Amino acid sequence: MADKLHFDLVSPERRLFAGDVDQVVVPGEEGDFGVLPNHAPFMSVIRPGAIAVLNDGSTERTFIHGGFAEVTPAGLTILAEEAIPMSEIDADALAENLSNAREDVAAAKDEEEREHAEGLVAKYEAMQAALAN
Amino acid sequence: MASLKDLKNRIESVKSTQKITKAMQMVAAAKLRRAQEAAEAARPYAQRMAAVMANLSTAMAGTPGASPLLVGTGKSDTYLLVVMTADRGLCGGFNTNIVKKARERITTLQAAGKDVKLICVGKKGGEQLKRQFAKLIVERMDLSGEKTISGATSGKIGDKIRFMFENGEFDVCEIVSAEFESVISQKPRAKVLIPAIDAIDEGVERPDLAGAVYEAEPDEEVILNTLLPRYADTVILSALLENVAGEMGAKMAAMDNATRNAGELIDKLNLVYNRTRQAQITTELTEIISGAEAL
Repeated sequence: MADKLHFDLVSPERRLFAGDVDQVVVPGEEGDFGVLPNHAPFMSVIRPGAIAVLNDGSTERTFIHGGFAEVTPAGLTILAEEAIPMSEIDADALAENLSNAREDVAAAKDEEEREHAEGLVAKYEAMQAALAN
Repeated sequence: MASLKDLKNRIESVKSTQKITKAMQMVAAAKLRRAQEAAEAARPYAQRMAAVMANLSTAMAGTPGASPLLVGTGKSDTYLLVVMTADRGLCGGFNTNIVKKARERITTLQAAGKDVKLICVGKKGGEQLKRQFAKLIVERMDLSGEKTISGATSGKIGDKIRFMFENGEFDVCEIVSAEFESVISQKPRAKVLIPAIDAIDEGVERPDLAGAVYEAEPDEEVILNTLLPRYADTVILSALLENVAGEMGAKMAAMDNATRNAGELIDKLNLVYNRTRQAQITTELTEIISGAEAL
């Protein structure tokens, strides 16, 4: 087996993943990028979307909302604001959350409330898009 | 001398107090475990964040466009101290120690001619500092509404601090909180939050880039500007989590002591009770015997 990439996925609450994998595909702010072993040092803001972890022929996807990716010779680290495994996302519940959030945007009384609701809408939409792929 | 009934009542009351302190100790022990787990779970993120910050900041600090959050305002006239304490008492000297540390810091800063402002997180610290420094307190927050400390809690504090910073209300921000060393030892300490460059430990391991240069997307400045507020939140969050763990540790120790003291007191009271009872019996016997003899 060729080289493996060391991959850490951490969120403020806990460490979600640590281990060696073949490849990770990350949705960067300016486009998706794949990280293979021995990638050059690199840093990027992550746009809401799913990362794909490729290992031994299997692919595991995790939804990331807000965060950073950092590639060093030691490996890839993703600092995620929020991370949910795709397998835990329920399409029906998501659709409901999304329509609720849209209603909240319409019903928002002040600027702050609307911004919060709009953030939620954007997040759920990104989740839906990730689910569609 | 107290009557037998009085003694009995006292023993009963001390016993029920002991039951309460014992229950509190056990609750604190359970909460301590959870708090410790939470603090530990948050550690990898904080460490990684510190490492990324250390990397970026060395690259950015010299450039003119560097964010004031990172390099400061160039002055150090006004200090903002964020004093983190617990919401509840009955945890030994925990709160008092933090407040003492804060008081020391305030006095040193004032002696050096600096302005000091205070944000008190946690009820107890606010109450104690109010007596001496009521004028300095700009905000008091308590955490009683929060069931668990999460990113939302630290975000609220972080937002407030950033809001004040953007309005130029202070130059340097420090956090005064307890460092969780072990269950029996919590050390209060003051830690710089803003400017972040002073907060980054020399000890943070920087990854060896083997001479390569970071590439950043979109660019370093954008990344740093989004990273900095998040870094502050992370520092606040880990301080909060450590504080909760420290509070529970202190509470456990304090309640353990109280339970033991109650046990000792019960033993002593039992001795007195038995002695009094015996004395009473002896007196009664003597009375009966001497009465019988007189006949």
